Amino acid sequence: MMALELKNLYDDFRDGETIKAYAQIIAEDAKKLKNPINIMEVCGGHTHTIMKFGLLQLMPDNVNFIHGPGCPVCIMPKERIDHAYVLAMQEDVILVTLGDMIKVPGSNGSLQDARAKGADVRFVYSPMECIKIAQENPDKTVVFFAIGFETTTPMTAVLVEHVIKQKIPNILFHINHVTVPEVMVELIDSRDVHVDSYNNRIDAFLGPSHVSVISGSKIYDKFPKDYGRPVVVSGFEPVDVMQGISMLVKQFIEERCELEIQYKRVVNHEGNLNAQKLINTYFEKMDLFRWRGLGNVPESGLKLKDEFASLDAEVVYKDVLPIAEIEDHKLCICGDILRGMAKPTECTIFGTACKPTTPIGSCMVSSEGACAAYYKYGNLI
Amino acid sequence: MCLSIPSKVVKISDDKTMCTVDTMGVERDANLMMMGDDDIQVGDYVLLHIGFVMNKIDEKEAMVSIETYKEILEIMDEDERRKTILDDDECPNRSE
Repeated sequence: MMALELKNLYDDFRDGETIKAYAQIIAEDAKKLKNPINIMEVCGGHTHTIMKFGLLQLMPDNVNFIHGPGCPVCIMPKERIDHAYVLAMQEDVILVTLGDMIKVPGSNGSLQDARAKGADVRFVYSPMECIKIAQENPDKTVVFFAIGFETTTPMTAVLVEHVIKQKIPNILFHINHVTVPEVMVELIDSRDVHVDSYNNRIDAFLGPSHVSVISGSKIYDKFPKDYGRPVVVSGFEPVDVMQGISMLVKQFIEERCELEIQYKRVVNHEGNLNAQKLINTYFEKMDLFRWRGLGNVPESGLKLKDEFASLDAEVVYKDVLPIAEIEDHKLCICGDILRGMAKPTECTIFGTACKPTTPIGSCMVSSEGACAAYYKYGNLI
Repeated sequence: MCLSIPSKVVKISDDKTMCTVDTMGVERDANLMMMGDDDIQVGDYVLLHIGFVMNKIDEKEAMVSIETYKEILEIMDEDERRKTILDDDECPNRSE
């Protein structure tokens, strides 16, 4: 066996010949399918890969994709973005968040607009940059607007721990971390209840890559067992995705319903236990989190535990933060897209009024949003 | 936001909270606080996300995948060759 080099981890998992080979295997196997299958790729990273590498075009007619809600920016309801905007406009606040949030439109505008109006908004690559910003601005309060699924939650937890241990007095947190399994249950349940109003059933899931690195594949145990939906946890590279799809198709033709891991080079059943411990130390589940387009999903959002309320910007600034829920733009069908009920191209404002440069809906904002991926890679430019 | 990058660890700080990684020729610092003290060694391949090492990449598993892909391509090549020979056998104009 040859020695592994860094180049292998890039090139071998993007190899065009291997992608084509898997396309052939999937096409052959798909001939044996009794019924067409609908695979939901939960994660926006997978959506991005599927569109970027043209994998949809390689699929046989009876293997369909439903693009899931796994883009943390896309699922952020307007009222949470308005929180960020209001916090940013406070005299003494420096609002810090990850770059993905820059253009997301709230009801008053985006954080980019807040910055144009004089607010101190900073977009960082890593949450740990908050520490330096806080040290350089001792007379200001740094609010870290934390977003993301299980992947980024432990990174926020590391920062919380650092703030507590180092007694940093001027960093607060606005937590918007959400969890994957709860929304998968919501998507299955809502479709199974309203089967007539949906185009199709979710038959199987391509499980998220990096959420699973943190949580382990154990968080999907119940889907084959209790919901009759097979799950294959797949990596992000195009060869990973093709192999993951191939594994799902094989499960159907062999009449198996299992949880499998394609992405074994980084994911195991238990996950990163250190990261899980960090999450459980500082965060607890909220009763409800309102997802854009999906509504309230029970226990799908996290908040700081009560004992850390002094670090919680939602507690500290509760007098200035709006509490009303805000509806989305009437013409935007992000909600249907996040539910996998509609394709981006079915939206009347897709590519016209709503583009990556002027996004109206959240699915057009992030590169992981289904609309942005369709716009960029769907030969529409 | 999720596209993590495979990198190679080239240096670990004395207190084991930070490391320097090589990402296809570009060196940068990454936080090790999500990993256990001796989880990561110099020379390991790791997955990097928003400045943190998320996990170690299992070299054996990566190699198994790569070997599998090579085998698939070899089988495909073999099938192609076999198909060409068979097509040739059935070629009605072969004797002309």
